[in-house]
Amino acid sequence: MSVVNDTQAAASTGTETFEPKILAFACHWCTYSGADLAGLNRMSYPANVRVLRVPCSGRVNPQYILTALNKGVDGVLVCGCHPGDCHYVSGNYYAKRRLMAFRRMLQYTGLEPERFQVRWISGSEAGKFRDTVTSVVEQVRELGPYKPDPALAALIDSSVDASNPVLPEGGEA
Amino acid sequence: MSRVGVFVCHCGSNIAGTVDVEHVAEEAAKLPNVAYATTNKYMCSDPGQQAVREAIIEHNLDRIVIASCSPRMHEATFRKMLAGTDINPYMLEIANVREQCSWVHKDKDVGTPKAIDLVKMAVAKVNYDAPLTTTTIPVNKRALIIGGGIAGMQAALDIADAGYPVTIVEKESSLGGRMVMLDKTFPTMDCSACICTPKMTDVGAHPNITIKTLAEVESVGGYIGNFEVTVREKAKYVDYDTCTGCSLCETKCPSKVDSEFDQGLAKRRAIYRPFAQAVPAKPTIDAKNCRKLIDGKCGVCEKVCPVGSIKFDDEDKVTTEVYGAIIVAIGYQLIDWTKIYGEYGGGRFKDVISGLQFERLVNASGPTEGHILRPSDNTEPKTVVIVKCVGSRDPEKAKSYCSRACCMYAAKHAHQYLDKVKDARCYIFYMDIRTPGKGYDEFYMNTQHDGARYIRGRVSKIINQNGKLICKGEDTLLGSQVTVEADMVVLETAMVPADEANQIGSMLGITRDKDLWLSEAHPKLRPVETNSGGIYLAGTCQGPKDIPDSVAQASAAAMKVAILFSKDELESNAMIANSNKNLCNGCGACVAICPYGAITLEEITARENSVMVTREISKVNPGLCQGCGACTVACRPGAMDLRGFTDEQIMREVAALCQW
Ligand SMILES: Cc1cc2nc3c(=O)[nH]c(=O)nc-3n(C[C@H](O)[C@H](O)[C@H](O)COP(=O)(O)OP(=O)(O)OC[C@H]3O[C@@H](n4cnc5c(N)ncnc54)[C@H](O)[C@@H]3O)c2cc1C
Repeated sequence: MSVVNDTQAAASTGTETFEPKILAFACHWCTYSGADLAGLNRMSYPANVRVLRVPCSGRVNPQYILTALNKGVDGVLVCGCHPGDCHYVSGNYYAKRRLMAFRRMLQYTGLEPERFQVRWISGSEAGKFRDTVTSVVEQVRELGPYKPDPALAALIDSSVDASNPVLPEGGEA
Repeated sequence: MSRVGVFVCHCGSNIAGTVDVEHVAEEAAKLPNVAYATTNKYMCSDPGQQAVREAIIEHNLDRIVIASCSPRMHEATFRKMLAGTDINPYMLEIANVREQCSWVHKDKDVGTPKAIDLVKMAVAKVNYDAPLTTTTIPVNKRALIIGGGIAGMQAALDIADAGYPVTIVEKESSLGGRMVMLDKTFPTMDCSACICTPKMTDVGAHPNITIKTLAEVESVGGYIGNFEVTVREKAKYVDYDTCTGCSLCETKCPSKVDSEFDQGLAKRRAIYRPFAQAVPAKPTIDAKNCRKLIDGKCGVCEKVCPVGSIKFDDEDKVTTEVYGAIIVAIGYQLIDWTKIYGEYGGGRFKDVISGLQFERLVNASGPTEGHILRPSDNTEPKTVVIVKCVGSRDPEKAKSYCSRACCMYAAKHAHQYLDKVKDARCYIFYMDIRTPGKGYDEFYMNTQHDGARYIRGRVSKIINQNGKLICKGEDTLLGSQVTVEADMVVLETAMVPADEANQIGSMLGITRDKDLWLSEAHPKLRPVETNSGGIYLAGTCQGPKDIPDSVAQASAAAMKVAILFSKDELESNAMIANSNKNLCNGCGACVAICPYGAITLEEITARENSVMVTREISKVNPGLCQGCGACTVACRPGAMDLRGFTDEQIMREVAALCQW
């Protein structure tokens, strides 16, 4: 039996403080290296965050965020290079526009804005990574576990199933 | 069914100190498709790698997960290791349990479950890894240099000396750029022409260098090793194959216009070379000012030309050629101060001149043959005021940055003036003195010994009164207002990017900073590369700098090109976008979003629902795609995917995390 299940059990019985699960998408070039630098500098931050490495914040499909929120995480953070510093010229601008519109849509459906945040963190901003992660964890902890709107979750289920994504088989052009 | 091997590294106590690595391996072994899981003290060491290699054979593994330090550290190491096995190097995922786990969490109760999660995510992803291959792209070993100033010339000479053909595209009718307009150069005061014109001649005579003047790049397609470049050479109206450069035409031409080279302080003809040592040493006709070309009445040059080289019916020449690398060296220009600085006369006072005009005034082959004379009345100015930072470090009105060369050339101008004019007074208004560089501060101190008086403060207003220029300013060190009655004022104006910097930047996919200077790939570690492979920067187009820095950067850019040309083929990136033609509806959203122009629409004819249809689908160029994945999100039908970071892989990682 793993330690994970213990904490989860504790959280669900409400005997301990709730430990939120946060998924952080980090671009390889800036934020991921900023997170590495936080490690190198032996900073510490809550263990509630799991980083998922993507080449660019522009690679983050809103579908991933929907799936994550509806399948069990309590908050999602997307991080990339600062505007103007994108390794791929303009990827973070696309991410910014797309995710900001998406964020407003999520808020419209009732999601608290704290549960989905977008931040620009460079490869040298280890402290900013630590602070961002810490504050997102705190904010989401305040809010409590995310309970997806059942209708919305069903809708998402019908389009994507996280355990068995209905995704096209890759084919060569 | 895949057979995954999971290898958890202790990294001495770096990981094992706060993560129970044995427990992580035990948990990993329970995950679906995991055929084998183990730990090792140092996975990246030779024995560690050997243990992985042996496990691959022994357990018949077809993909592996290494739980260790950041992939930024050793992903390449383990890919290289896999290259020596039967497994494709891309059948690998790294779980970062050091930088992002053991180093940031202080105790095993916290670190261990997180490490297990990270391994779960990596295993989920590796199950959907596919063997990837790189393709090779040929390298055309010919370089194109845009801009023929000192930076462009230096780069051209270096590449040509390395044995590769080079073409220089220069907008003006001669090579040389700004440097050839200068009189002397700090800090050694060698004559600019004496060190610049020999370079121009070398470039002109080099068997590996082709020069295209009055030329501009119209379009650029392709990618590293294979750029397809279209250049327009404007009509010169002179046949360069037969012209001997005798310059008889220039002496007889009746049209006189302001000389750009002499900054409007002298006249030139309509058929002209900008200056005597121009390379190519042949004239061109300025169609806007040529009487024959305007209304057909003249043609004196045609009559006097002894070899019949004048061609009034000459036309622009447009050619398209393939180059393997491009160096951008389009330099800088000076800010148009007349529009912004009305308080300095806004260009209305003849004796308020720019630094570049001063260079022409002190130059022996300039309009006054080197005598410093006021443009208004040709008298020798006895008091000169030099104003620095006109447009630089002035974010409210102009530019926020420092133009870097001005402190030094202001000192140079003061030195030259005090040297040439007896009993002269020279005041320099400055904000700060910035003289980092070999011999630079000594040069500035010498100027003070020459008698130049430095006043710390800005000039707030210049009034033209009875032939005197009354300069009102502040001495911030004394805390008082000062007024200097000057005969001439020299404004050391800010360097700004060349006119076409923005257009060239977007044509070549080079980012621009807030002031439109072209951006290097990394401010410290990749100072001459750009974010577009095969495209490099040299000289002031990247930001204000002086000649030594421009030349150093040019040689560095040339070296990058020589390295590129030392290979016959390049390996393309394996982790690139890929379009599924069955799903693609040809909408072109991917084409529009791609920052590299790597995606094009292509017509295909295929049988669909038992009828032959012709339609457009997107196609990714493996040489151009850098693997950012922006197109994958833009793709509405879900046809576009990114190898190595596919939708399915990312969704599997998310799913693994959700089971947390
Ligand atoms: C008044 C003054 C005095 C100076 N004195 C000194 C000094 O004493 N010592 C020193 O070290 N530095 C000095 N400098 C700085 C020096 O001028 C520059 O460092 C140097 O000229 C930069 O060279 P470059 O090749 O980068 O740019 P440039 O000299 O600007 O050359 C760029 C070339 O590219 C061409 N070009 C532009 N656009 C295009 C296009 N679209 N297509 C094709 N070609 C194009 C231009 O016509 C030009 O020939 C001085 C500058 C000024 C203003």
